Amino acid sequence: MLKLLLAPFRNTTGIARWILITGLVITAMFVIFAIFAPWIAPYGFAQKIDASGDRFPKMGEPSAAHWFGTNDQFYDILSRVIWGARTELTVVLLSVLLAVVIGVPLGLLSGFLGGWVDRALVFVMDALYAFPSLLLAIVFAFLLQARLGGAGILAAALSLTAIYIPQYFRVVRSTTVSAREETYVEAARAIGAKPRTIMGKYLFGNVIQSVPVIGTLNAADAISTLAALGFVGLGIQPTEAAEWGYDLSRALDDAAAGIWWTTLFPGLAIVLLVTGLTLIGEGLNETVNPALRKRRIRKVVLTRGSVTEPERPGTDQNEVVTP
Amino acid sequence: MSSQGSVPRYVAQRLLLVIPMIWVLLTVVFVLLRVAPGDPISASLGGKLSAEALADAKHRAGLDRPLIVQYFDYIKDVATLNFGNTFTDNRPIIDVVRDNGGATLSLTVGAFLIALLVGIPLGLLAGRRRDTVSDVVIRIFGVVSYAAPIFWTGLLMVILVAPTGWPTYDIASAETKFLVEPRTHILIVDTVLAGNTDAFLDVLQHHVLPCVALGLLLSGVFIRLVRVNLLQSLKGDYVEAARARGVPEKYVIRRHAFRNALVPVITVVGLQVALTLGGAVLTEKTFNWPGLGNQLVKYIVAHDYSAVQGLVTFFAIVVVVVSVLVDIVNALIDPRVRY
Repeated sequence: MLKLLLAPFRNTTGIARWILITGLVITAMFVIFAIFAPWIAPYGFAQKIDASGDRFPKMGEPSAAHWFGTNDQFYDILSRVIWGARTELTVVLLSVLLAVVIGVPLGLLSGFLGGWVDRALVFVMDALYAFPSLLLAIVFAFLLQARLGGAGILAAALSLTAIYIPQYFRVVRSTTVSAREETYVEAARAIGAKPRTIMGKYLFGNVIQSVPVIGTLNAADAISTLAALGFVGLGIQPTEAAEWGYDLSRALDDAAAGIWWTTLFPGLAIVLLVTGLTLIGEGLNETVNPALRKRRIRKVVLTRGSVTEPERPGTDQNEVVTP
Repeated sequence: MSSQGSVPRYVAQRLLLVIPMIWVLLTVVFVLLRVAPGDPISASLGGKLSAEALADAKHRAGLDRPLIVQYFDYIKDVATLNFGNTFTDNRPIIDVVRDNGGATLSLTVGAFLIALLVGIPLGLLAGRRRDTVSDVVIRIFGVVSYAAPIFWTGLLMVILVAPTGWPTYDIASAETKFLVEPRTHILIVDTVLAGNTDAFLDVLQHHVLPCVALGLLLSGVFIRLVRVNLLQSLKGDYVEAARARGVPEKYVIRRHAFRNALVPVITVVGLQVALTLGGAVLTEKTFNWPGLGNQLVKYIVAHDYSAVQGLVTFFAIVVVVVSVLVDIVNALIDPRVRY
């Protein structure tokens, strides 16, 4: 298991490896923020009064008590940036998992069965895919808010799920369609395997490989989209959880007045997290995608022993590797 | 070659596809907005009206009829470019499109120009100097410009520029809006038609920040694309052949590699229409730009169902039509596309 997880590191070299490591470090920082927010953040995300009962300043400049300043709702910005990591990562994890859980089986089924089911699903998915993704998320968030009265973390995650399902569906379906004709699937059919067994045991493992790459890239995109929903006023309410996009929408009216700290810090958090996740996705892509991969080629060391007496103990066979 | 790859045939094929594509999108919009539980009238006007008034409003909007009848009416209305009326201020959606569409159009066109001006040269430079410092810097710029939320870069620009007195909000000063007669409803064109230089400069100044903000977002896409394409075309046989003939490297890159690297840019322009529309919604909100995106946000906040449906329908049609137009232009330029 550990070997499998570390495989991307061993197989990459140079820039690709640095991209992956940088991405992991940045993302890990936010994961730590998310998990330990109550201990790291100086105040609560909806706290307006300090321990001695004094109200926080309104739009206070960065100071010793409030490193990143406070906003127009008296909230401490540093605390909201740290708590925000928890919100963003929860929503993104939920939405990407939901999209995988729905999109992958649908794609598998559609590609394996073919026929009218396949055609109908492709039709709908293509239509959803062609639609501007932000608008789709806005429509879903609007529906969930207006009709079902929900504007919480789950509602936000569901609106994002809708825009990512078609991506998994398309990728998984197309790999299934090509894998369906492979010899090993034919062999499985020949020994009388049921369709369920073929899909579950033979196709699933082959089809699932590109999912982690799309997953991390989607996660990056989901952060931006969630922030955009918050900015437009369809995201999570400020007392429910800290959300960076909402905080930026609060900064809108004061930006022209030169109040920079309400804008700078939440935005910086978005940029960093999105960049971190994108870099992981790019790094993974270069290792998983054979067309982009540059494998580390070990130097060919020809020791005298290995040439004349190949079986002599002490010679490391692994050192002679033909690329 | 010419018999199987005729341009008129390809154009006709693509044009015929427009109708089913729009139909599918309209159906999706209808299913999403009408079939979901609850009803739009109570959602937008609930609490403000009595039960009878609500029922009356539903009847007037035709929402008490069977869904299938509503569906066919909706398709029929859209076919005649009738997108319905808004609930909250009872305006025809087509009027909203006319009054606010021009601002969105000039914003997106300006943003595309900036994206091309920034993205293509940087992409070519990065591709030519692969794995050098300038390549890495340009790639990082590409990633960050794409990662940075447009409303954040927009706000930062406002903070930096506002002290200089440069306009940061809206499309024009109140005076210009009052003086210039709306002919095309695209304000910058109207100022030219009116021959009013001051008004034109005023509108142009207002365009700078929003167009740059949206343009930077799009430029990231172009940088990545042009860079990869240049790397690929530099590997091509014709480049090697040119080198073998002793053509100087400068000309090999300029005449042989660059040109082929730029062809896919047009396709991507088409694919970016969806991203641009989403970006435009956010840009317009940031800069209080009187465009369609800002109107959409306004109606969303007001829970105006009918307005959201009408505007989203309009956006869907724009996406399909533009993507088909781009395909056609692409076929005219690149003979390999036709089949």
